[in-house]
Amino acid sequence: MTSIPPTTQLDIELAHAEAGLRMRRGESLTRRSLRRLLRKRLAVICLVLIVAFYVCAAFAPLIAPYGYAEQNLDHSFDGPSWSHPLGTDRLGRDTLSRNIYAARTTTVVTLATVATGFVVLPVVFGMLAGYRGGWLDALINRSGEVLASIPGLPMLVLITATMRPRFVRWISDFGDAVHWHGLSSSGFADYFLIFGVLSLFGWVGGARLIRAQVLTLRNSEFIIAAEASGATTPRILWQHILPNIMPLIVVGASAALGGIALSEIGLTFLGVGIQPPRPSFGALISDGAPRTVLENHPQLLIVPAAVVAALIFAFNLLGDALNDVFTSRAK
Amino acid sequence: MEGLAGYVLRRLLFLPVTLLIVSFATFYITRWGPGDPVSVYSGQYRDPEAFARVRAKYGLDKPIIEQYGIYMKALVLHGDFGESFRYRDRTIPEIIGPKIWVSARLGVYAFILTFLIGIPAGVYAAVKQGSWRDPLVIGVLLLFQSIPVLVIVPMLVLVFAAKLHWLPAGGFDGIFSTSMVIPTIALSLGGIAGVARLARATTLGTMNEDFVRTARAKGLSERTVITQHIARNSLVPVMTTVIGLSLVGLIEGALFTETLLGIPGIGRFIYESVTGRDYNVILAVVLLITTAFVVMNLVVDLALIVIDPRIRAGRAGAR
Repeated sequence: MTSIPPTTQLDIELAHAEAGLRMRRGESLTRRSLRRLLRKRLAVICLVLIVAFYVCAAFAPLIAPYGYAEQNLDHSFDGPSWSHPLGTDRLGRDTLSRNIYAARTTTVVTLATVATGFVVLPVVFGMLAGYRGGWLDALINRSGEVLASIPGLPMLVLITATMRPRFVRWISDFGDAVHWHGLSSSGFADYFLIFGVLSLFGWVGGARLIRAQVLTLRNSEFIIAAEASGATTPRILWQHILPNIMPLIVVGASAALGGIALSEIGLTFLGVGIQPPRPSFGALISDGAPRTVLENHPQLLIVPAAVVAALIFAFNLLGDALNDVFTSRAK
Repeated sequence: MEGLAGYVLRRLLFLPVTLLIVSFATFYITRWGPGDPVSVYSGQYRDPEAFARVRAKYGLDKPIIEQYGIYMKALVLHGDFGESFRYRDRTIPEIIGPKIWVSARLGVYAFILTFLIGIPAGVYAAVKQGSWRDPLVIGVLLLFQSIPVLVIVPMLVLVFAAKLHWLPAGGFDGIFSTSMVIPTIALSLGGIAGVARLARATTLGTMNEDFVRTARAKGLSERTVITQHIARNSLVPVMTTVIGLSLVGLIEGALFTETLLGIPGIGRFIYESVTGRDYNVILAVVLLITTAFVVMNLVVDLALIVIDPRIRAGRAGAR
């Protein structure tokens, strides 16, 4: 937080007056937060970077000059050239194209995990626990406590390593059953396994924060008024509580992005994540990390490393900025 | 203090429940895997009769629930973690012990480096709040945090081992050797930014306290105010929290660092055990880490209450 809290009487009056103006203008929380965010130059740069990354990923087949699995063994370990701007890897695959397709993996995994594990699950569980209370609250709390005390990454490695073959079989059986034969070859199983496991371990923190917030909201006057005037529970949750926990959701989800991306990269690096030939930054880094490769063709490590570092840096800075925007007092 | 005792007791009582659930889940997951330990155990021989005999010997032909019952009975009654399928004739604690000792020494080094850089950086950033130095310090540390460990390690090896020949490229030979340098840097880079930001936040909180204004008002030097009044009051909670919570971060970092550098610690061992389908070892390690984590969290909570009377007061006031 870079804002200095108002200290003098004049400051306080100014702040009140400004807040009053805003109120009259009828500016919503979302709009005000967005405006504040856009005023932060660094945050905007990060946002642009992240959007560019996602757009590249979405249009990978159009942007990438080659396919991610297109091999040309005559051009193994080529240096940068006009036809391969970043050179090629051991199998003569284009480094630039593989990085662009790797962005796809990161995009799918981060978006899917954030949507389930850091938005839907925490909101549902947090609201249920906070608003309903009783045994449901106890159950959710205890499950969260157990999940939170499990060593995350070792467990992720274990689950993805042991579950994968069985899981792939399920998916392909399911694909056969609904006559969708492309399903098993699409690599969907890998993505689903990764984001499923990350979501399973991810929801706890967010759900706890939301629960605490719901607990305080539940006793506030406007909720009691809504209850007294006969609003149904879904309506109260959706119309009255959800808007008030929005900041928590946005801040939590944005703070989680970097960790999610890194988890997928780490799992793939260890060989239990996305399987070859499908590209992921984890696979690219593990291809570029062996010493002989690194000494002779450093770009094979430096390119994915730089992209990942820039992306995680942007995620972290944006998360910080959003945190500032939503949690700093009205000004 | 009675409420506090009840709180501690409740959490301690819940520990066995947590361990029971975690152990069953882990047990179940490990039995899912492709290939079973018998095929690992029997090496190149593929004799179905021998497979069946070995399965029967280790009870692997029984239903999972029954296998779990047998395992837990041995564990609770005799403290027996079962047998490793890869290292025979040694108990699991005997196998894990030395590995943990290696990782623990690395971890202590990483902690020291993290605090040595993180805390002064955080306090400095807080004191310089409002100038360009604050975002610069925090930004640079955040940038370091953003580079994954699995990129840092090969880069450091390339520069300092392959090109400059200053440091060995991997391995572990005692805490007074240069082989500690690369893993220590790799393990601490992620944590430094976290410590610095926490230190900055708590320092900023303390800077607005009345007693700091009083200290300034009575004419103490700025240096004394910062080191004696601000730092003392804001950093003890930071250190306690971070020591407890970064246990998990260290284990995760160790998984990559040790695998990449060939250090015979617990991180690399976890990875090898998972890929080698060494069920009993995985279970023992997961249970051990879970226990350590739960106890650590409890100790941190208690330590904060003991160290800082204000939290105690807040707790009583909230009730």
